[in-house]
Amino acid sequence: MDELKLYTYIAVFGTFALYFGIAWWARAGSTSDFYVAGGGVTPFQNGMAIGADWMSAASFISMAGLIAFLGYGGSVFLMGWTGGYVLLAMLLAPYMRKHGKFTVPEFIFDRFYSKTARIVAVVCLIIASLTYIIGQMKGVGVAFSRFLEVDYGLGLGIGMAVVWVYAVMGGMKGITYTQIAQYCVMIFAYTIPAVFISLQLTGNPIPQLGLGSTLADGSGVYLLDKLDMVVTDLGFKEYTTANLGGTLNMFAYTISLMIGTAGLPHVIMRFFTVPSVQAARSSAGYALVCIALLYTVAPAVGAMARFNLMNTIEPAAGENLVYDERPQWFKDWEKTGLLKFEDKNGDGKIQYTADKATNEMVKVDRDIMVLANPAIANLPNWVIALVAAGGLAAALSTAAGLLLAISSSISHDLMKGVLTPDLSEKSELLAGRIVMTIAILISGYLGLNPPGFAAGTVALAFGLAASSIFPALMMGIFSKKMSGTAAIAGMCSGIGVTMLYVFQHKGIMFIPGTSFLGDMGPNWFFGISPNAFGAVGALVNFGVAFAVLKVTGPAPAHIQDMVEHMRLPGKTSAAHAH
Amino acid sequence: MENKETYWSENLRLIFICLAIWFAVSFGLGLLLVEPLNAIRLGGYKLGFWFAQQGSIYSFLALIFWYGAKMNKLDKKYHSEG
Repeated sequence: MDELKLYTYIAVFGTFALYFGIAWWARAGSTSDFYVAGGGVTPFQNGMAIGADWMSAASFISMAGLIAFLGYGGSVFLMGWTGGYVLLAMLLAPYMRKHGKFTVPEFIFDRFYSKTARIVAVVCLIIASLTYIIGQMKGVGVAFSRFLEVDYGLGLGIGMAVVWVYAVMGGMKGITYTQIAQYCVMIFAYTIPAVFISLQLTGNPIPQLGLGSTLADGSGVYLLDKLDMVVTDLGFKEYTTANLGGTLNMFAYTISLMIGTAGLPHVIMRFFTVPSVQAARSSAGYALVCIALLYTVAPAVGAMARFNLMNTIEPAAGENLVYDERPQWFKDWEKTGLLKFEDKNGDGKIQYTADKATNEMVKVDRDIMVLANPAIANLPNWVIALVAAGGLAAALSTAAGLLLAISSSISHDLMKGVLTPDLSEKSELLAGRIVMTIAILISGYLGLNPPGFAAGTVALAFGLAASSIFPALMMGIFSKKMSGTAAIAGMCSGIGVTMLYVFQHKGIMFIPGTSFLGDMGPNWFFGISPNAFGAVGALVNFGVAFAVLKVTGPAPAHIQDMVEHMRLPGKTSAAHAH
Repeated sequence: MENKETYWSENLRLIFICLAIWFAVSFGLGLLLVEPLNAIRLGGYKLGFWFAQQGSIYSFLALIFWYGAKMNKLDKKYHSEG
């Protein structure tokens, strides 16, 4: 066993042992422990847990890679995935915490006095959450197969077993405390390599400042200027101005991600775990602190990774890397098929350009940037091992949060709320655990056999949250008169429009060939890409709801009183069942 | 409680101010005005680019904490904390 592998085993299994220890210490004894950690999590702890919950394999592994290749266009992810917390802190979290229930569908049921609304919410929640889990499970499988060289399926199995132990045993309580540990692992794993690389390139150890500094090679040229120059010389778009499908598309994309973030049930749910309304507000702030620590480093990681990659391949203009002298990391990633070279002009050197005809780097998968980054920068092996553990922490913590959202919506909303209302607390807890086990098995199966539409479903998950859940919750709080009928009409038309748009461009249920308008720019509505359409769906939702409200009349008086009560700070009890 | 309405309208006013700033720093400075702002430099950063990838996030943070602090004061003012 070589040194890198040994370090990786120590880092990965050491962190797993830590998670088990925490799970054992924080076992759940009641439904309140299981769903909302007994309502006794402090805002700062909750902030870290939300951070771990929110930052998935996508944030940890994919985002910096996306930014590396999109440049300025990648800003939509940075602004979109953080700006949602402002909306959460001001428009949703405090009021929903004040109301004091366990789940998002339950809130919708109370506010819109309708079982139909509750079921619509449960369905949205399950679709959005399952989609996400598939991605996490794939992340776990990839991390294991790349770093520990075990079989993809076996890696997935180990990941499932680990999540099962602490999520089923501990419920929200176990998950919360494990997520705090996972957040720490993750943030160290992300920032340490970034600090090293920033120091190497610019001499400034703080990546956020390093990105705006001059290069340490004595040339006095700013890093970003040099990067702009290098990429434009090779025919790529200028890094700091490269747009993503036009200003309107970026605008809609950012809004969709923001309101989608604020509408994701597994994030909202976390605000039910704190003791008061004031704590719900500050939780959102601490959560964003924890998230911003990673998100403000990500642009530096992305730009510096791109810089190092370009520099490795072409250290000086015209002096391209000889293929036979390529570094070890290049060979390692070639084995995975995520990096491919084809010697088109037969000179034995690597040419990397924007021109398809002469470009010899025929595949550079964006997802490898963060994982390969430490190796590209020649960092010591323990740093690479840490990144492996961090990637796993990101994937596992998000998977656990989503599993809890799914199990609570089935055992609490569907079973206890609709089908078998006389379920005892003990049976509900057992049901929650069984549902979670089944959900783990299903998501493991889907991770092993990813359906063809897995890539397109991210658009659907955010589209659903943005076009249905967020507007419904917001109107429920800010419009006293909003009635159940109007809200359901709004939700259904919002989802309908968004799904129609996604399907018409991406294929019905993502089956290739059924996309009757084709997945191409010219057919897009005002050039808005399907991923960005949630914003339009939300507008439709608001519009339809208020129109229907005008026709059918306002909500009954006792509901209006309930909303009134929700808006006042007052004393809050711990979140409770009926 | 007869202060209910004033409490709520003061809250709405705060939210409105916060969301206006929220919109201005991200969509305004980071997106719509990015080109003119890029002419200004902040070290190696073009200013519009900086707002899109760094500045907006810092502003969001400041907004949430400022709003939280203001609301805590408001909660105390209307004696409804406990």
